[in-house]
Amino acid sequence: MELVQTLAVILDSTIRLSIPLLCAALAGLWSERSGVVDIGLEGKMLIAAFASAAVAHHSGSAWTGLGAGMLAAVALALVHGFSAITWRGNQIVSGVAINMLAAGLTVILGNAWYGQGGRTPTLEGPARFAELDLPLAGTLKEVPVIGPIYDIAISGHAAPVYLAVLALVLTAFTLKHTRFGLRLRAVGENPAAVDTAGVSVAGLRYAAVVICGALCGLGGSYLAVSQSAGFLPQMTAGKGFIALAAVIFANWRPVPVLFACLLFGLLEAIAIRLQGVVLPGIGQVPVQAIQALPYVMTVVLLAGFIGKATPPKASGLPYVKER
Amino acid sequence: MTDAPPPAIALIGISKAFGPVKANKDVSLAVAAGSIHGIVGENGAGKSTLMSILYGFYEADAGEIRVRGEPRRIRSSSDAIAAGIGMVHQHFMLVEPLSVVENIVLGAEGGALLKRGIARARAELARLSQEYGLAIDPDAIVGELSVGLQQRVEVLKALYRGAQVLILDEPTAVLTPAEADQLFELLRALKAQGKTVILITHKLREIMAVTDRVSVMRRGEMVAHVETNRTSPAELAEAMVGRRVLLRVEKAPRKRGAPVLEAAGLSVVDERGCETLRDASLTLHEGEIVGIAGVAGNGQSELLDVLAGLTQPTRGVIRLGGTILGTAERNPAHLRRLGLMHIPEDRQRTGLVTAFTAAENAILGYQDDPAFGPGPFLSPARIERHARAAMQDYDVRPLDPDLKTAKFSGGNQQKIVLAREIERAPKVLLVGQPTRGVDIGAIEFIHRRLIALRDAGVAILLVSVELEEVMALSDRILALCGGRITGEREAAATDERDLGLLMAGVSERAA
Ligand SMILES: Nc1ncnc2c1ncn2[C@@H]1O[C@H](COP(=O)(O)OP(=O)(O)OP(=O)(O)O)[C@@H](O)[C@H]1O
Ligand SMILES: [Mg+2]
Repeated sequence: MELVQTLAVILDSTIRLSIPLLCAALAGLWSERSGVVDIGLEGKMLIAAFASAAVAHHSGSAWTGLGAGMLAAVALALVHGFSAITWRGNQIVSGVAINMLAAGLTVILGNAWYGQGGRTPTLEGPARFAELDLPLAGTLKEVPVIGPIYDIAISGHAAPVYLAVLALVLTAFTLKHTRFGLRLRAVGENPAAVDTAGVSVAGLRYAAVVICGALCGLGGSYLAVSQSAGFLPQMTAGKGFIALAAVIFANWRPVPVLFACLLFGLLEAIAIRLQGVVLPGIGQVPVQAIQALPYVMTVVLLAGFIGKATPPKASGLPYVKER
Repeated sequence: MTDAPPPAIALIGISKAFGPVKANKDVSLAVAAGSIHGIVGENGAGKSTLMSILYGFYEADAGEIRVRGEPRRIRSSSDAIAAGIGMVHQHFMLVEPLSVVENIVLGAEGGALLKRGIARARAELARLSQEYGLAIDPDAIVGELSVGLQQRVEVLKALYRGAQVLILDEPTAVLTPAEADQLFELLRALKAQGKTVILITHKLREIMAVTDRVSVMRRGEMVAHVETNRTSPAELAEAMVGRRVLLRVEKAPRKRGAPVLEAAGLSVVDERGCETLRDASLTLHEGEIVGIAGVAGNGQSELLDVLAGLTQPTRGVIRLGGTILGTAERNPAHLRRLGLMHIPEDRQRTGLVTAFTAAENAILGYQDDPAFGPGPFLSPARIERHARAAMQDYDVRPLDPDLKTAKFSGGNQQKIVLAREIERAPKVLLVGQPTRGVDIGAIEFIHRRLIALRDAGVAILLVSVELEEVMALSDRILALCGGRITGEREAAATDERDLGLLMAGVSERAA
């Protein structure tokens, strides 16, 4: 019983820590499957975190905050889309610019408006997402094994968590079973084929970029309005980059993305648990080493030790009609 | 007025420029409904560009398009598809990781969800396969299909969209002769159903065999329209190039010298564990051309790669100038220094860096030559001068060393590679598909260069899918089948039938 309880608690914090990664990774997946490389996930999450916290504070509604966060991220995504798709610019440069813009802008605006060292005021009551109890959580509690896991790990999260899971399901379904998904898979591989099939390459890529923005918005808002009670400078702390690693790790496929994010979330949960713990023989646990694991694992993967990463063939390449 | 049916397609005064290059200049063309219409012209004459305009891939700077007599604005491929036009591009437009049926429905899915559309496409594919004999596995991954089957997918894609007019841009450049014959059967069947076909090709034999009318383009302009049965290959060739073209190869008897390249018992096993080259032995002498006859995919590419040092044999010995080459010496850079040059089969993949300019490509592999700059530095002026001279010699158009190679037409890209390797005065020259996608004027030129090299004492190994070319150029011919050398003939003492048997693996002893 003790063991199940502990496992459920670990699973619970793994899920909490994975959700922002999952949102950002799905965002990256949409963008890259359409052929637009996006290293600006981090920046978009950050701007969404700030916008959602600020608007939630003023409106007193977490949902309004979420809407604002998503809008802000979509706006930045469109900037990236404009430079990458319409102007065929370098996608890495534009992504880096967005990260720098978001890092600077959030701190400056935060200081100017609230004067709390870049933080936004603490969110209380309905300005923050409440934890939802799923039906039957109370009744099932006594059932062995399943009960505590359902009660502790699955139930009791805030609405954005369930939205993220819904986004995952929708992503997987859309890519596999819909017209839009087929076209999107095609445009990231060979845009000329899509063009000659009579479908607009730019249209598809803009659609993907907007979805990417919306998902970054969800992830960023969750950080500020649900996990924390407000915005803190640099609160995304590299999650946008770990998400990129997760996309590569999952070979650009939605369901494996979930597992990659859970794995990376678990590593983070362990790192937090072991903070300051002294183990016999080792001394203080080097938490940074655990935090670096996602990157190390991705590099090992890319080096071809675990499997093979095959990115969409046209990703990162602007579409120009020439041979 | 009489009621003659309007042409299926009428192009009137089409012009198109890519920067300074005028690819089409005031081009007009009428294609009768229910006919097969050929278009010929030199490399870079503007054939692909014209057809891409008709298909809405490029937009013309000026001119009008009429479909069945009605003026149409075709600004994107979806307009062209709506007008009943389908196109098989020179470089295929397929999504390789997707399945055949997914490629077919792309852009014509028939609903937001795929399930119904895919089911419909399967049924339709089965019907089309039946009707035209185009069997294909709808669930196969396109990237894993042979080139011939990939082309079949392209054709099916157009038919699935209900194309009444089908444009094929050099469809046979990548096909084996048998596959090409099959394709022509299909074109005749389409014509019998009242569909219209526009066929671009460099092979005048094909024009004579299947087309009803031919149009000739030269330097961006239409120079002639003729009924096929009122013309001849020689006349077409002259119209294309603007001068008389020798369609035969003329060569003096060989003066065979000492052996320079000897290979014994070469075998190659590929990644999948298949033995693609088995126990091949051959000797090249100074001053002779040895041709390899074989249906594509029977070990020719592997033989070239091994001799050029691009892959390592699993067994066997290679001697160059009498000395055995060790593993370390069998790499392209070292072999080049020893005088063994290689013109690879696939110029876009192994012959060129298409994102580089023509000048940069013209020195690729020879960048360390002090003629191109002191020490580790390169001198752009010298490189450009070198490239300009080579391009002039080989009549590469446009004559612009600073243009990215991707922007040259297929045949002109080929000439850039040829110029680079041939002008280095090789001792041994390995040539793969020297005239693939090249116009007849250029073929004549390339053949003459190869013969001249042979007469100057170079040993040449020639691999080509064109049996005619192998027979015309070679002094000696080796037949390859299933990776094995199945026979050797003096070129003078053989014919197509005889070689055909060897290529089919009927070995000499058995025959
Ligand atoms: N996308 C492009 N950008 C710039 N220049 C181009 C482009 N496409 C074609 N050209 C140029 O336009 C001219 C006509 O090219 P096109 O491909 O139509 O020739 P082609 O007749 O099909 O030749 P080939 O027989 O070699 O295929 C060439 O000079 C080529 O370099
Ligand atoms: Mg062409």
